[in-house]
Amino acid sequence: MTRKLPMYKAISEAIAQEMERDEGIFVMGEDIGVYGGIFGATNGLLEKFGPERIRDTPISESAFIGAALGAASKGMRPIVELMFVDFFGVAMDQIYNHIAKAHYMSGGQVKMPVVIMTAIGGGYSDAAQHSQCLYGLFAHVPGLKIVIPSNSYDAKGLMISAIRDDNPVMYFFHKGLMGLGWMPSPDEATVEVPEEPYTIPIGEAKVVKEGSDITIATISRMVYEALWAAEELEKEGISAEIIDLRTLVPLDKETLIGSVKKTGRLLVVDEDYMSYGMSGEIISTVVERIGNELKALPRRIAYPDVPVPYSRALEKYVLPDKEKIMETVKEMI
Amino acid sequence: MGVEEIPKETLLEMYKKMHKIRTYEETLAKWYYEGKTPLFDISAGPIPGELHLSPGQESAAVGMCIHLKDEDAVIGTHRAHHFAIAKGVDLKRMTAEIFGKATGLSGGKGGHMHLFDASKNFSCSGIVGASFPQAVGVGIAAKLKGENYVAVAVGGDGAANQGTFHEALNLAALWKLPVIFLIEDNGWAISVPKDKSTAVAKNSERAKAYGIPGVSVDGADVIAVYEVAKEAVERARRGEGPSLIEVRVYRLRGHFEGDPQAYRPKEDFELAKEKDPLLNFEKLLLEKGITTEEELNRIKEENEKEVQEIIDFAVKSPYPEPEEALKGVFAGGE
Repeated sequence: MTRKLPMYKAISEAIAQEMERDEGIFVMGEDIGVYGGIFGATNGLLEKFGPERIRDTPISESAFIGAALGAASKGMRPIVELMFVDFFGVAMDQIYNHIAKAHYMSGGQVKMPVVIMTAIGGGYSDAAQHSQCLYGLFAHVPGLKIVIPSNSYDAKGLMISAIRDDNPVMYFFHKGLMGLGWMPSPDEATVEVPEEPYTIPIGEAKVVKEGSDITIATISRMVYEALWAAEELEKEGISAEIIDLRTLVPLDKETLIGSVKKTGRLLVVDEDYMSYGMSGEIISTVVERIGNELKALPRRIAYPDVPVPYSRALEKYVLPDKEKIMETVKEMI
Repeated sequence: MGVEEIPKETLLEMYKKMHKIRTYEETLAKWYYEGKTPLFDISAGPIPGELHLSPGQESAAVGMCIHLKDEDAVIGTHRAHHFAIAKGVDLKRMTAEIFGKATGLSGGKGGHMHLFDASKNFSCSGIVGASFPQAVGVGIAAKLKGENYVAVAVGGDGAANQGTFHEALNLAALWKLPVIFLIEDNGWAISVPKDKSTAVAKNSERAKAYGIPGVSVDGADVIAVYEVAKEAVERARRGEGPSLIEVRVYRLRGHFEGDPQAYRPKEDFELAKEKDPLLNFEKLLLEKGITTEEELNRIKEENEKEVQEIIDFAVKSPYPEPEEALKGVFAGGE
């Protein structure tokens, strides 16, 4: 049986089904209990599992994220939510010096089956400290798997995989994909989701639209901007192939390179900051292997290296979108 | 010390500011829902994004800031309009900022959670607990420069569970810095009640761990806040070090606008009304014969007129040029 589910419900359903299966799973975070998560990702869990396993925390991120490490070291499988990715600064040490490195530093003695989930993305005037993506920052650190679903089907399957993984997985959901009602979200992100548990392997990209002239590699909400651009471009006789990377670590290089080999052109679209991030990494990955086969210089549309401005007029100017994608694609062909 | 010992003009100034805050916030709330009905869409309308308003918490801001000068710093939270108003931030420019306009304090780059007015030494942040260590730095500057200003770090009861709070208290106490740590205890860290997040009943008790004065005061009584704040500011100016003040207040609105507040028991809403600092102050001023209804009405009318002018300024101001988004990352050029 399948039914259409918004992404927030797909995530909470995945967690609930895994919690029923495995008593070692518990959830910690701010407003994840009574409130059900500010973005609904833990909706209904407190009622099902009670306050021992669904633990509302104080605003003490270092403490509850560090505690996830301790619990994991004793064989538990903690899931922690930190409301916005922008808030991670205060707990960064526990993540990048400890959770990410424990397995390696211990010579494999310690496993870290921790899921850290958080909300990303802008486009609704929440300004510089509530709109960032920052997944590139975490992808930079060895030891963290990076998962970023773009629709409810992927969200459920990837969450179950993340929970079952013996490594720390950072799970980023875009606020503008959750189907919350009070936040704009493309209808296309709310798709059919099977009722029963299923997994999607971490590290598999998905070709969401086949095409022959150019490969657009992207992730999260930008998948839809790329799809909308491709629809328009199709009318003008340009055929774009769109890859939803879905996970950044590990990166599905095979799908990426296979596609660019076919089209000969690569455009990366990323809502995260431009420099030293995903867009540069994807282009390097391709150029290092098949740079000599490209028909055009690879291009990227990413967040220019400025903090996210508040005013709608300013934010719209810097946020990657359909129009910017169409313009760039036309320049490349 | 009681209300009788405070000059009437100070009392009326406090009343005026508290009423102005209330009027301002309620007017802003109306504008916030413009374009967001019937379906609430956080990205729509003249004020998009999150909005955290301060009704019910005016006494903390006014009772504290009445003792401050322009050179004293206030570092606020995500809910900071009341402190900005109490600190004398230019309200036309602040409001234009909240409307995302070019005439705003930051030309539309900052927004409601990131208000900066350097001329008033006011700033705030959307990150919980960010203010405490920053205020320590202001205190260090005062000490090194041999100047007499103080820093006020504002945080909610939720923020007192951040590491920054404890680290900053220790440092300020160790170095005897002119800092006042002000915890606005509204009982809620969004949906999590204080008794489910905090191991002690009162955050003021945590001062003991750092050997500094810690006082808890009922925010329903602005005079009580005034007195406690006065002592802390004077102590800081005398070079005797930091203080911790907890002001117990109630949120008259949601954590953010659009918050359904389903987590909040009915009694809490009733208490919020009962503990309304503005109404309590009004009652006190009249009962003690300090002022008359006519005088208060005149103040209210002035505030309403001023707030209208402020909103008009913001509404009529132009939006920034889009290209402006790319400028200003670094000092000293584009």
